[in-house]
Amino acid sequence: MTKFMVRCLLFVSFMSTSFFSFAQEKPEMADAMRSNGKIYVVVAVCLTILIGLFIYVFLIDRKISKSEKEV
Amino acid sequence: MDVPHLFILNESIRNLYFHVCMWFSMMILFGVSVVYSIKYLAGFNLRNDIFAVNFAAVGSFLGILGYATGTIWANYTWVTDQNQSLGSILKEPKLIGAAIALLIYGAYFVLRGSFTDMDKKARISAVYNIFAFAMLFPSIWIIPRLVGSLHPGAPGSDSGNPALNFKDIDSRLRMVFYPAVIGWTLLGVWIATLKIRIQLLKDKTLLHD
Repeated sequence: MTKFMVRCLLFVSFMSTSFFSFAQEKPEMADAMRSNGKIYVVVAVCLTILIGLFIYVFLIDRKISKSEKEV
Repeated sequence: MDVPHLFILNESIRNLYFHVCMWFSMMILFGVSVVYSIKYLAGFNLRNDIFAVNFAAVGSFLGILGYATGTIWANYTWVTDQNQSLGSILKEPKLIGAAIALLIYGAYFVLRGSFTDMDKKARISAVYNIFAFAMLFPSIWIIPRLVGSLHPGAPGSDSGNPALNFKDIDSRLRMVFYPAVIGWTLLGVWIATLKIRIQLLKDKTLLHD
């Protein structure tokens, strides 16, 4: 009996997974950027600006240290 | 702050406070740079040349940031959600115009680097800076609005500058957008003044005024 139930469960679970995979027209890919109304696009843009600014200020910092050694 | 609820854009409308502000502050910094270039040509004071080149440098940096943020934004609104092909994106006049404008400013720094004589360098690059600033207007502001464009401000949508048109931009966005423009511009001015102060210290012996 238990074996039969396990088999049934396996069968049902297999069917359900295959059913769900057929039911979706578009494959579920990495859509994190589109979740929560695309708010993560804004996050990505903010991070780009922040990282860009950090790199730029870091380069200026390096230039200052170089000219400090010259003086 | 609540924002207008629009399809395709969704919450990414908030990029207005970042992407558009980059270009606004770039324009302001380039404008300041041109003023100093004209001032240099009026009196040939090397101090004005240092001001002009550093404002132009920070301005182009903000332009590059504006371009980079634009690519991210376009990727999730034009390319995938409007089903635009890569070909139509590459033909996009706003992108081409902005790339041309940034490359013209890139040539400004190449031009400066190719001179060994300081006075000649300052004089020719000041003239070139005025030309580069004049080229900004057709390449970024005029041509993309004459021909069809996916970018806001195209003839198909609402005419004029969508960020400055009071009938186009929502008042809730404007409440954040205009302070954001001022804030980003002040940040750019601050970085530029830091660079200028370093340069002035370095060239202390050359400057006599």
